[in-house]
Amino acid sequence: MRAARPVLAALAALVFGTGACAAEMRPPPGASSCTGCHAEGAAMGRLEGRSEAEIVAALDAFRSGTRPATLMNRIAKGFDAQESRAIAAWFAAQGAR
Amino acid sequence: MRGTPSVSRRTILGGAAAVALARPALGGTPPRVVVVGAGFGGATAARCLAAGGVDVTLVEASERYVACTGSNAVVIGLRGIEAQTFRHDALGRAGLRFVRATAEAVDPAARRVRLGDGTVLAYDRLILSPGIELRFDAVPGYDAGAAEAMPHAWKAGEQTVRLARQLAAMPEGGTVVLSAPANPYRCPPGPYERASLIAHFLKTRKPRAKLILLDAKDTFSKQRLFEAAWAKLYPDVLEHVPLAGGGQVSEVDPAAMIVRTDFAEYKADVACIIPPQRAGRIAALAGCADRSGWCPIDPATFESRLVPGIHVIGDAAIAGAMPKSAFSANAQGKVCAQAVIDLLAGREPESPLLINTCWSLVAPGYGISVAGVFRPTDGLLADVPGAGGISPLDAPDAVRQQEAAYAESWYRTITRDVFG
Repeated sequence: MRAARPVLAALAALVFGTGACAAEMRPPPGASSCTGCHAEGAAMGRLEGRSEAEIVAALDAFRSGTRPATLMNRIAKGFDAQESRAIAAWFAAQGAR
Repeated sequence: MRGTPSVSRRTILGGAAAVALARPALGGTPPRVVVVGAGFGGATAARCLAAGGVDVTLVEASERYVACTGSNAVVIGLRGIEAQTFRHDALGRAGLRFVRATAEAVDPAARRVRLGDGTVLAYDRLILSPGIELRFDAVPGYDAGAAEAMPHAWKAGEQTVRLARQLAAMPEGGTVVLSAPANPYRCPPGPYERASLIAHFLKTRKPRAKLILLDAKDTFSKQRLFEAAWAKLYPDVLEHVPLAGGGQVSEVDPAAMIVRTDFAEYKADVACIIPPQRAGRIAALAGCADRSGWCPIDPATFESRLVPGIHVIGDAAIAGAMPKSAFSANAQGKVCAQAVIDLLAGREPESPLLINTCWSLVAPGYGISVAGVFRPTDGLLADVPGAGGISPLDAPDAVRQQEAAYAESWYRTITRDVFG
């Protein structure tokens, strides 16, 4: 049963695409909240398909205050470097499918 | 998630769920999840479960959902109630079973839900997202009938439109009385956004009219931002009476349009009474509510502390530092769905991180926000230290404008995500 799961998950991904509830793998802690704002066509922009490096750099810049923000500076401080990397890698992988 | 024929979805995922999620003890029967309530929490959870290949039934009593978030704009005529109204049709095409019925009873031992029409649904896990019930026993004189003369407008829909009409029809120089309840309640900054927008309406449309905000507490969400904006924008319109100043409403007389506190009597042309609240009815019927009227939960899985196998999300849950908001309910719906998928598959759920963001308008084009990041700590969802907080007090107008625009963008995104 365990061996079957990745295949079926990939199948689910093909059917459902990506987004808030992407089923293909367990999102890392924090990632599923992001799509409350970040989406195609939104002022906040879509995260899926951006590179891991870009998302990590953006979170770093929001945390340090070097990138101007109304709100992401406050949110980015809730994630350490490792959590940020995991979230970034997950969104990068969503776009690659 | 849109545009794929539902037949192929269901066909493929039915098989996927059966294999990926079956527990040996069930001998191949796919686990069933029932979700009660198709608001921001329940609809999100149901969609995520369906996307994860779970057999999910979503039970909802209403044909349409009318969103509270953003509805203060309807109260002062900035937009129509139709902009708050969402049909549930799309949910029926999201790979889940949508059942329009009330949930009348839960048998946690047998793991069954009974619906209003007598149908019984068996579940392996039940998710309750019932929102709030207004307590019509809490303020003397304020029962369901009184809410016609003195709308609460805290469940959006007819009540919202009623309050909007009363405000539009009130005389120049009239008095509006708005009361805010003690914590906890749905949308902590909501009464103060409503006060701000009504003050804006009076200032621009009803010369010499006043708003008295009677408050059952002394501190509130985004307080310094609201108070700074009120001093700047509405010094002659809005009077805030905190608890310490005698702001707790002790009685209302809807026939005479009088609102009383222990210290004073206010004659209102329009009165909006936001009463105390508790978790939606089915939560109490299922045994998930404690003496506070709200539902204690495990902060990682949202499973009830009182009834195993039942999860409670959204406004009904006691979510620690996480406020009762649409954003929270959506974030909790996703985390809870993932935890349920993990539990059904015999996997240990991960300790989650959740975000909340709430914007409020203090005037059209003038937005402020509060944000937070939360993780389970000592059995509750607690703020991640150093993160979150409110908009800067000294932000220029351009930032306030930008926050108002982000609020609108978020509203479009979240409602499309949940109901689209």
